[in-house]
Amino acid sequence: MAVEAAPAAGRAVEEEIAGPPTGGGSKGRDKLRHGLLALWSVLALLYLFIPVFIVVLFSFNDNQGRFNFTWQGFTLRHWADPFADPDLAKALTNSVEIALISTAIATALGTFMAMALVRYRFRGRSTVDFFVFMPLSSPEVVLGAALLAMFLTLNINTGFVTIVIAHVMFTVSYVVVTVKARLEGMDRHIEEAAMDLGATEWTTFRKVTLPMIAPGVAAAAMLAAAISFDDYVITSFNAGQTQTFPLFIFGATRQGVPAEVNVLATMLLIVVLGLMGVNLLIQRALARRDSKRTD
Amino acid sequence: MSLNTRRKLLPWLFIGPGLLWLLIFFLYPLLNQASVSLMTGNPEQGYELTWAFHNYWDAISEYKEQFGRSIAYAGISTLLCLIIGFPLAYFTAFHAGRWKSFILLLIILPFFMSYVLRTVAWQLILSDDGAVVSFFQKIGLVSDDGRLLASRTAVIAGITYNFLPFMALPLYVALEKIDPRLLEAATDLYASRATAFRKVTVPLALPGIFAGSLLTFIPACGDFVNAALLGTPQQYMIGNVIQSKFLNILDYPQAAALSFTLMLFILVGIFLYARVLGARNLTQAAI
Repeated sequence: MAVEAAPAAGRAVEEEIAGPPTGGGSKGRDKLRHGLLALWSVLALLYLFIPVFIVVLFSFNDNQGRFNFTWQGFTLRHWADPFADPDLAKALTNSVEIALISTAIATALGTFMAMALVRYRFRGRSTVDFFVFMPLSSPEVVLGAALLAMFLTLNINTGFVTIVIAHVMFTVSYVVVTVKARLEGMDRHIEEAAMDLGATEWTTFRKVTLPMIAPGVAAAAMLAAAISFDDYVITSFNAGQTQTFPLFIFGATRQGVPAEVNVLATMLLIVVLGLMGVNLLIQRALARRDSKRTD
Repeated sequence: MSLNTRRKLLPWLFIGPGLLWLLIFFLYPLLNQASVSLMTGNPEQGYELTWAFHNYWDAISEYKEQFGRSIAYAGISTLLCLIIGFPLAYFTAFHAGRWKSFILLLIILPFFMSYVLRTVAWQLILSDDGAVVSFFQKIGLVSDDGRLLASRTAVIAGITYNFLPFMALPLYVALEKIDPRLLEAATDLYASRATAFRKVTVPLALPGIFAGSLLTFIPACGDFVNAALLGTPQQYMIGNVIQSKFLNILDYPQAAALSFTLMLFILVGIFLYARVLGARNLTQAAI
């Protein structure tokens, strides 16, 4: 985006990047190489998107019976009432609630951990660092199974609460990593300046640090929510009788996934796209305001 | 309280709640699982800790095939992700120009459609009367009575598909950081394009390759969704065994032994891989 703000300089940078070193190879060979690279990238993106197209397409399928496997004609009837199936509606509500609660907890816990890990030098820091990294490097099946084994040993019934516990446990690491990255790229001097001007540590945190890391925290929260909402593996171990959206879909594969699932998934994608669009517009507006200010 | 002790306590105050959560719901369950893996008994009468170390030997020898398959499928998928993802990341970082953020958005977007549902969509795509199979039959890659669904190929294609963004994004981050002037300097010093790529680009992209392979290989090793939806019991991986032992057969000791072995295998693997790539700080390299 910064490239657009300064057209002349931007073009120079782009040219530099677009055509790394000249010298070896002729112009024609460069073009061929460039073209092949672009073609490969398009194919890779297609690979990523074909299943998405299929899901969207089959939300309009006029299927007879439960099976939604072959294309039988266009209809909008699944879009009329995507929440018709009460089990599906309940599963979706559960997923949303679990994602909201676990994201709130994980974001709070993780942000404070990231702050301490970046801002303070203390004994045991690298141990904590490594410990936070461990859930990220464990297969989900191990995490889910271990938690279930503990709940069984302690005679705790699995259900909504245990799903939230599990989701906080494995999203907290993602939050720490994301917020840490933001903090590490931040200029410490601004905080020091605030303290030099007499602000207490708490005021500095509230008025300087928090607003500066806010985008990082927001990104971390969004990541945590997305991971929680979509998780199947860990949830399948700790869900008990509670259904979530992914569990519902997996369970439905045996009798045929209802087309309403495709509708809901498509709607979610549209919501996410909308949010991303709004985010982009805000960033553009902010960038424009900033460039006006410096002018 | 003196200012000095306060200073020392402050970071722990920040870390405390999160650390406690991880100690209770991550570390303790793992240790508990270690003890469960050494129990004997049966689902009706319950299990008792008898330090039955033979559980490990029994579990591994009984399911070595699934273990081997997990490692092979995850390894092949990781390699395929690297082959597909590297050019994509390279193009995005160096040649995409103003399309850069759009391409990144496209890489992330499929994530927001349910993972299980996308895998179900693969069932449709690869199904026996689907377009992909008839196309491959026409060009002779699949015999006329051949199929793609419920095969090794389908499971590996599914895993590769599901974890490709985990490979592409760290690769992009690493490549993006490379200063183009370094490549220019290399050619100024008469390196050919291939040499510059080999001696400059690849070494500088190593952290991305490392992070990407871990983020792909580890979840792929434990995955059972792809094998369950796109394969048959002949393609089942260790995740499928652990899940059914835990949730259907209720053989907790053996399930615990299997999942503990998987965890150990992966930890050892990470350390060896870090050694090979010469990463100094493991966590930094991976993140």
